[in-house]
Parts: sequence; structure tokens; C-alpha cells
Amino acid sequence: MDPINAIVALLNFVIIPATAYGAQLALGALGVTLIYGILRFSNFAHGDTMAFGAMCTILVTWLFQGWGLSLGVLPTALLALPFGIAGTALLLIGTDRAVYRFYRKQKAAPVILVIVSMGVMFIMNGLVRFIIGVDDQNFLDGERFIISARTFREMTGLQEGLAFKTSQGLTIVTAVMVVAALFWFLNRTRTGKSMRAFSDNEDLALLSGINPEKVVTYTWIIVAGLATIAGVLYGLDKSFKPFTYFQLLLPIFASAIVGGLGSPLGAIAGGFVIAFSEITVTYAFKKVLGYLAPGGWEPDSLVQLLSTDYKFAVSFGILIIVLLFKPTGLFKGKSV
Amino acid sequence: MTHQIRAIGMFVAVFGLIAITGQTSSWNVALGIINMGLISAIMALGVNMQWGYAGLFNIGVMGFVALGGLGAVIVSMPPVNEAWAAGGLRVLLALVVGAGTIIGAIMLWKRMDHGKARGLAIVVLLVAGFFLFRYIFDPAVDAIEAVNPAGTGYLGGLGLPILFAWPVGGVLAAGAAWIVGKTALGLRSDYLAIATLGIAEIIIAVLKNEDWLSRGVKNVVGVPRSPVPFEIDLQNMAGFVTTMRDWGFDPVIASSIVVKLCYATLFTAVLLLLIWASQMALNSPWGRMMRAIRDNEVAAEAMGKDVTGRHLQIFILGSAICGLAGAMMVTLDGQLTPGSYQPLRFTFLVWVMVIVGGSGNNWGAVLGGFLIWFLWVQVEPIGLWLMDTITAGMADGSALKAHLLESAAHMRLLTMGLILLLVLRFSPRGLIPER
Repeated sequence: MDPINAIVALLNFVIIPATAYGAQLALGALGVTLIYGILRFSNFAHGDTMAFGAMCTILVTWLFQGWGLSLGVLPTALLALPFGIAGTALLLIGTDRAVYRFYRKQKAAPVILVIVSMGVMFIMNGLVRFIIGVDDQNFLDGERFIISARTFREMTGLQEGLAFKTSQGLTIVTAVMVVAALFWFLNRTRTGKSMRAFSDNEDLALLSGINPEKVVTYTWIIVAGLATIAGVLYGLDKSFKPFTYFQLLLPIFASAIVGGLGSPLGAIAGGFVIAFSEITVTYAFKKVLGYLAPGGWEPDSLVQLLSTDYKFAVSFGILIIVLLFKPTGLFKGKSV
Repeated sequence: MTHQIRAIGMFVAVFGLIAITGQTSSWNVALGIINMGLISAIMALGVNMQWGYAGLFNIGVMGFVALGGLGAVIVSMPPVNEAWAAGGLRVLLALVVGAGTIIGAIMLWKRMDHGKARGLAIVVLLVAGFFLFRYIFDPAVDAIEAVNPAGTGYLGGLGLPILFAWPVGGVLAAGAAWIVGKTALGLRSDYLAIATLGIAEIIIAVLKNEDWLSRGVKNVVGVPRSPVPFEIDLQNMAGFVTTMRDWGFDPVIASSIVVKLCYATLFTAVLLLLIWASQMALNSPWGRMMRAIRDNEVAAEAMGKDVTGRHLQIFILGSAICGLAGAMMVTLDGQLTPGSYQPLRFTFLVWVMVIVGGSGNNWGAVLGGFLIWFLWVQVEPIGLWLMDTITAGMADGSALKAHLLESAAHMRLLTMGLILLLVLRFSPRGLIPER
């Protein structure tokens, strides 16, 4: 019996990674849910928007690194982030003017907009591959660890190490700040209030003199910010590879739907639900149980419920359970 | 009448493009495009049934295609007897236990009264069933995969002729579609989309990781093609070689062209049969009901039509056709490579085919299949040529020139997206619109 080591192992392998991953998913799902609430369609290009934002940031990061600019212990990517957001915002507003606005004017059915977003997805995907290629890009610099496993072991004298990566700490701090700012914006500012009014009841909002084009433009800018930050944080934490961003689409949509499409609070809750279940179900609990079990009862097998390759199955399973038993999601989204 | 002339003109144009490829590069390439074009056209027919007839948004085409491919392997590969002896029956038993657990849970949900007792019973059953499943399954899988892992390491198939595999592939895909449809149909259209996207990823994950079933990323190669001869056999036939020499062809090239022609004949027969059946269905009372449901679900329901039931029916039918196409594709390639299934290629590209061709029109879907496949193949050389032209004036060895030339391969996705958006904007009903 060694509960302290068990807790440390659990923190190290499950809780910290899942919190960081959950924050990344939550930021992605917030973007999806905002577009759904205000533009009223599921944006399949969101994963590739994240990839584009991360790519812009990486390119600027390389430029800064070339100039010798850096933030010391923090990754240079933070300095490049505003430029990445600006680039992505320009692309999204341009896409809206060139593509989506036409269908909005026509009052096209949501499913047509979804198909249109498929076309946009192809183009963005092609664009990212065209500019930066399909390979892994590592752009993390600065200090790698806040606490490394070794320092922790020396500090506490425990057998189990606890590693806390800079990228994980950064993800959690940034996500909290972004979410706080977003909620402040939506609840306190005039533009934010008009966005919520537009999302709740479009006709009433139009009657009260809200300019729909302005609301839409602000939405795209906010979505660009959310998507770029989510993409960069994910890229710093794991690594940047265009194809993995496309695959993030499923957990992100699962998060948004589990929380309730159109509900920002739901998107955050959904992100953490999906992340924690994905990592818990695919983690091999042998070590943790080994510390907890009384002597001689340690498990022989890995005690892994599903192999990590099936992590999609986890988000999918949760999605199905929620859809079957609570179709509007945990936080009462708009959808039926 | 003008509709028909327009449609025929379109087909002539597309086949003209393919013929030009045959003339300028090689007939081997052109026939290759035609063969995959035929398979693409069948996939597009399946998606067109779901989207065009019924308005169902299925973006899990890749999963159904891959299941069809698995069907081809299960039916036609020779069985691995040692592997069966090592653990075949135990794996089957484990699968039965797994399925029984899920069915039991559903029964409990339906039979027991609402309350805590029901929830508890279901959780206990699922957990117990899961551990029993793993207890039987894991050692059996290890035993199977230990049998000659480099050569087989899987159960193999039934050793039946490959033509049986095509309908079996369809049935496998239909089974998966039934499960998805039962859970996700009747909810919003976006939810069906996400559910199908998820199931497709899961199917690919299963094919990649369950080595006992599909050899995973080690790929199954040498899938038999019994009715179609092998090139090498033709080249060894004295009669074939002399005839081709007499006609003035190189026997090696001629053999591969003959093989491709054989495939083309088989595939064309399947495609024609499917078009005939779909046209009959579309113009029957059933087809009219489907379109009525698509155009106004509420009104159709008020007329007493079982909307969810009909949706389930057509979802299964369309997915089965995709599965059939998947089995045909594995036959054509002679191998199952789970790693090569990519959603952009096998799901979204098929959607581009349907939308560009004309959703709701079977001939449109077929045309889209050929045209988009042709472009998918040809955009790369065209992109390369374009980049060569653009970079011609640049200094050799400049980084930009190298990058542009290297990136030409990624022109495909850009072009497909552009085509989709342009068609949606300027000809939203496709090249051959529904009448």
C-alpha cells in the first residue's frame, strides 16, 4: 500500500495531461459552438482553421527566432500568437465574404452550409499542406518543464516522478484567461450582448436594430482567436501535424454536442468530459493499482480498458450515450 | 429531350477527356482511370441514394467502403488452419459474449421499470460482460497472432471465389449501417453526420489494430481475383503472346491492358445493374415517397409515412452499395491496406462527386464519379506542369522554387474544394440536375 505514490502517478499520467487536453478541446469546441449559435451551421472546416492558425503562428515564430527574439523561459510562439490570430481572422472574414455570405443572404438550409464548409475544409487543408507541408513541425522553445520528473523525485524523495510541462501549464493558464475574457465579452459588452441576442432570436435582434453583418464579422474574429489559440496550444503540447488537426474534428464536435451545441458553458464542460474519459479509458492502470493493492495482489496485466488506438471510440461512445439519453446535451443547447 | 442530350453530351465529354489521356500518355493509365471511375461511380450511387433521395447526411462513407474491403478478405482469402486451431473458436465465443452483453443491456433497458435498479443492473451487466469478453478474447488473439506473424498471423478467410465477396461486403456495411441508423437516425441531420464520421474512424481503427482479423497495418496482400487472369499467366500463354505479336502489340503491355479490360467489363456489368435498379426504385411509388419525405418530412408523416423507418431502410441500402464498391476496390487492388483509408479521399471526395454530378440524379452521380476521379488523378501532373511554368524564370536552387515544385502534389485538395464551391455557387443542382 502506497497511496501517495499512486496519487502522484495518477496526477502525472492522467489528471495533468487530461486537464491540458480538455482545455484544448474546450477552446476548439467553443469556436464550433459559437459558429453554430450565430451562423447556425456545423462548421466542418474548424479543425483545418485550427491548423491554419497554428501554421501562421509557426511561420511568425520562425521569423522571430531568426531575428533572435525570444521570451526567455516561455515559448516564442506566444509572441507570434497575435499575428497568427490576425492572419486567421483575415482568412475567415475573407471566406465569409467570398463564400458563406451568399448562402446567408439566400437563407439556405443549414445542411447546405455544412456542405459548403466541406468545400472550405478542402481548400484550407490544401492551403496548409501547400504552405508548410504534411510533416511534423516542432516549434516549442524556452524551458520545457515547470517541474521535471527528476527534480520532483529529488525534492520529495518519492519513487514516482511528476512531470509538469511548460506547455501544459501554459495551456491551462491561457485557457482560463481566454474563457474569462470571452464570457466577460459576451455578458458585459454591447457587441457581446448583441451577439447573444442574435443567437437567441434572430428576428427580434434584427428588429431591435442589430446589424447582422457586424455580429457575423465579430463572431469570425472571435472564432479565429479561439481556433488559433487552441491550435497553437495543441501544437506546443503535442506537435504540429496538419492531419492530426483534421482528426481533432471528432472529439471537438463530440465536446460541443455533449455540452449542448450553442452553449459556451457546455462546450467547456464537454471538452473536459471527453478528454478525461478518453485518457482514463485508454490509460494502463497497472502502476497505480500496483501502489494501491496490498502486497502480493498487484495486477499482472496492464489493466487498460481499451488500447490508445481506440480513443476515437471513447469520444464516440460518450457522444452516442448523450445523444440517446439527453439529446440537447448536458447544458441544454439549442438543438433538438 | 434537351435534358437527355445535355446529359449524353456531358458523358461524351468526360470519356473524351479520358480518351485524350489514353492517346497522349498511355491506355494503361486511361483504363486505370476508368476502372477506379467505375468503382467511384458505384460509391457515388450509394451516397446519392442517401443524400439525393432521402436527404441523409452520411460522412462515414470511408468506413463502409473499408468494411466492404474486409468482406473481400474474409470471403476470399484461404483460411489459416493453425490460427483457427489456436484460437479461432475462442475469438468467436468472445464476440458472441460481447454482442450478448450489449443485447442483454438493451433488453434490460426495455423490460425493467424506470429507476435506480435498472441503471444498476445494466452497469453491472456491462462491466461483467466486458471483463468476461476480455478474459476470453485477449489470450485467443495472442494465440492467433503468434501463428507465423510475418506471413499470416490472422484467421484468414473462407477461401471462396471473390465474386461472392462483393455482396458479402455489402452485407457487412449494411450491418454497420443498421447499428448507426438505429441510434442516430431521427435526430438532427448534423448528429447523423457526426455519428457516421465517428463510426468510420472506429472501423478504420479496428482494421488497423485487430491483427487477428485483418492483419492490421501489415496489410493483406494477394487477394485472389479468380475470374480475372493474372498478367504473368497471360504472358506465359504461348497463344496469347503470338496473337498479340501478330496484332502488333507488345505482349507485356497487352497483358495488363487485357486484365484491366476484364475488370472494366465486370465492373460495368455491376454498375449497369445498379443503375437499372436505382432508376426503377426512384421512379416507383417507393421512390416518390422517398422524395416526398425528403422535401417535407412533416407533411409525409402526416400522410402516414413512417419517416424514420424509411430513412433507416435507405441508409442501409446506400451503405450496402458503398460496401460493395469497397469489396470491388480490394479485388481490383489485390490487397487490403487499412492504413490507406483517408477520410478526405474516401468520404469527402465521394461527396464532391455526388454534388458536382447532381444530387438526386443517378446518372449525375455516375458522371460525377468519372469526372472527379479523372480530375483527382490528373490534377497532380497538371499542377506540376503549372508549377514548372511558374518557376521557369526563377533561379535554380532558390528555396521558393524548390518549395513550389514540392508542393504541387497538394494542389489536389485545393482544386477539389474549389470545384465543390464553384458548383455549389453557380450550379447548385449539379451538372445533370434532378428533374
